[in-house]
Amino acid sequence: MNKNYMVSLIAVIVLFLIAYVGTQQGAGLQLVFGIIVPYLAVSLFVVGFARRVMGWSRSAVPFRITTTCGQQSSMPWIKQAKIDNPSSTLGVIVRMFLEIVCFRSLFRNTRMKLNGGTRLTYQLELFLWIGALAFHYAFFAVVVRHLRFFTEPVPFFVTLTEQVDGFMRMEVLYDAVQAGLPGVYMSGLVLLAAALYLFLRRVFIPQVRTISLAADFFPLFLIMGIALSGIFMRYFAKVDIVAIKALTMGLVTFRPTIPEGVSGLFFAHLFLVSILLAYFPFSKLMHLGGVFLSPTRNMTGNTRQVRHVNPWNYPVKVHTYDEYEDDFREKMIEAGLPVVKMPEEQA
Amino acid sequence: MADELIKPDELLSQIDHRPSGAGWMDTPVDIRKGMYCYASNPKSVETLGLPNARPWNPLEDDWKLPENWQQIVHDGFRERLDKFRSFKVFMDICVRCGACADKCHFFIGTGDPKNMPVLRAELLRSVYRNDFTTAGKILGRLGGARPMTLDVLKEWWYYLFQCTECRRCSVFCPYGIDTAEITIMGREILNLLGLNIDWIATPVANCYRTGNHLGIQPHAFKDMLDFFVDDIEEVTGVRVQPAYMEKGADILFITPSGDVFADPGTYTCMGYMLLFHYLKEKYGLKITWSTYASEGGNFGFFTSHETMKRLNSKMYAEARRLGVKWILGGECGHMWRVISQYMDTMNGPADFLEEPVNPITGTKFENAKSTKMVHIAEFTADLIKHGKLDLDPSRNDNKIITFHDSCNPSRGMGMLDEPRYVIQNVANHFYEMPANTIREQTFCCGSGAGLNAGENMELRMAGGFPRANAVKYVHETFGVNMLACVCAIDRAALPASMGYWVPEVEVTGLHELVANALIMPGEKERETDLRGEPLPGMEE
Repeated sequence: MNKNYMVSLIAVIVLFLIAYVGTQQGAGLQLVFGIIVPYLAVSLFVVGFARRVMGWSRSAVPFRITTTCGQQSSMPWIKQAKIDNPSSTLGVIVRMFLEIVCFRSLFRNTRMKLNGGTRLTYQLELFLWIGALAFHYAFFAVVVRHLRFFTEPVPFFVTLTEQVDGFMRMEVLYDAVQAGLPGVYMSGLVLLAAALYLFLRRVFIPQVRTISLAADFFPLFLIMGIALSGIFMRYFAKVDIVAIKALTMGLVTFRPTIPEGVSGLFFAHLFLVSILLAYFPFSKLMHLGGVFLSPTRNMTGNTRQVRHVNPWNYPVKVHTYDEYEDDFREKMIEAGLPVVKMPEEQA
Repeated sequence: MADELIKPDELLSQIDHRPSGAGWMDTPVDIRKGMYCYASNPKSVETLGLPNARPWNPLEDDWKLPENWQQIVHDGFRERLDKFRSFKVFMDICVRCGACADKCHFFIGTGDPKNMPVLRAELLRSVYRNDFTTAGKILGRLGGARPMTLDVLKEWWYYLFQCTECRRCSVFCPYGIDTAEITIMGREILNLLGLNIDWIATPVANCYRTGNHLGIQPHAFKDMLDFFVDDIEEVTGVRVQPAYMEKGADILFITPSGDVFADPGTYTCMGYMLLFHYLKEKYGLKITWSTYASEGGNFGFFTSHETMKRLNSKMYAEARRLGVKWILGGECGHMWRVISQYMDTMNGPADFLEEPVNPITGTKFENAKSTKMVHIAEFTADLIKHGKLDLDPSRNDNKIITFHDSCNPSRGMGMLDEPRYVIQNVANHFYEMPANTIREQTFCCGSGAGLNAGENMELRMAGGFPRANAVKYVHETFGVNMLACVCAIDRAALPASMGYWVPEVEVTGLHELVANALIMPGEKERETDLRGEPLPGMEE
């Protein structure tokens, strides 16, 4: 088991070092790590993501296999679970919204325990739900904040996100932290903590340890590496933010440039992000796209009310009534069961 | 078999839910007695013209596979990825969060890590990555990929026949990944190699030829119902007259043949017969049985989509031939998954039938508008709601009842409140099991999807443990002595599981309870229920 996360951890460290060392004075690979790799990574991400989603879309949806998680639409006096067993598009939209935005199914999570070796109990277990929500929303906030590096002027929602994200500074850290330190963004810390939690549960919960692959640890370490290098740059190394923005704006306006004064730490950070983007379409991270296409969730449950058409439905060989009666006619007549053809007609 | 079945406390003591040690890919499959079902009889495989019929034995090293079996698996896999978006998406997007791990009754009852839904799926995913993904091809084992070998194939077979396709895991999955779907595809691929189990293959062959899984021929089917006619007369003094293949009847009735064959399903069958007689006498409603379409269940569903369609075709064909208005379906689990989510698509549109209306109450069954098949619990609930049945619930007073939601009517249809409404109107003592074990979170009986054989009894008892444990709770808390259900497999499987885990609790179908309470026109004073047990107050 150790192997799975050790390999992933080492891979991330090596990747970091490659970029860090490669962009030091003398090595001079700034062009590679600052321009070529990011462009390649973004292309791989866009093309790979699109191809994956198109691949899924090409496969047929022959049956409506909705997982009905509540009372069906039945007679008017029976209350339907309109979201968990939707019979309208609106119901499906609400169900998908709750699934994607609130992780509703994960919110149902229970933990089974066999008490005293004889008695099963199931209790609500929300740590995974909380951890997953924290992780995804912190990640989202971090991404939104980083739009600052790719826009000029910076749109209001980015500034707004920053303000909300930095809100805790006033309440908690104002006196405790020396002046001059930039405001602490919660998202970065939450992201790191949540990723750490998701990692630790893979190591310490035996069931989850058993199912974890290297492919489960690698993205976690990668994201931890990205968060750590980002946090280090912002609060400790105090990198040249003006130079960095010149570089990122160059990338996004297709006038790439490598300004003076961009540190190796930044190139390493950027390289890990590039790896994440390039790796994304080929990994489980594609659940981002896949969750929208999950046939058990994104279809209505009124399968007896509205017919679903299977594009590849084909005729099959069946045992017809006539064949059946031919097999059993005498016995049927003897038992007084109705038959279509009488025996004498057969000849 | 039964005589050497391990004791409940031994079974419990061998469960360890904390897998440890070697990685699962390094743990070779051990096909253990009591946990697997016998291989399919080649004759049954041949009846449907399915490939690679031959005698083989799971315990032997040589499974007598066709020479190019790896190619067959690979091609079969690819074909299904293209035909089923569900399969493709579910192969790609699992993040192995583990939310499903302890939701499976087989994992809870065995502690075998490969019974965690996520690992059951990984058995296929590992091969998928190796055969069909770039990352898997480059990274190999490190990327969670492994080539298809004979050991892997055996592992597939062993664990895909330790899944009852109950879909409980899919309720908890944040992406709705449905292990049933993965098991269905895996079993289809195994069937390409002739690797079915006999408890599925032979019922399928029977059903194809005789119209029902048990292979009951038409005259014998009528004999069995005639036998019930006598029994019913003895209990109620009323002689019912079931109609067979009556052209121009209002409704065709189809129920699993298990109800005709074995206790306690037989009492449910008598229940249907009493209800239909009542409706005929009081309201002139003509409901007919058919020996050609004498199977509600569909073990083809556990073989392949194509086999499911071949068996299911009889329902619409018979309804069309007899010229009925619509179809009424009996109490069964997977039958209703097939009817609800597959039948109309496969064998419809049923434009030769009418949109179902209950002629007695005038209720339009809007929810069955296209499929034109109504569940008998919906039908009876509607009759009761409109006060069309004379009922004496006190005749069920010695039954303290709880209700087991069957997997498929709950998670593949959502029929949850109709049967509860019926029970509460035909009986006075009803208690629910704990919330995490009923409705959409219900536990499987442990024997669904064709696993209701005798030789895998240990597996069935282990899989039935979570359900039985919840029954035990209401038995101890409320004195529950009767487990009601709407599924023929349940009625066959739960008595064994109750006998093993909670011997004080018996199993009943919904319409047995209905018939006990139903006051028939012209009946004598009843002294016993349909089972011949004295009614409350009638004990010596």
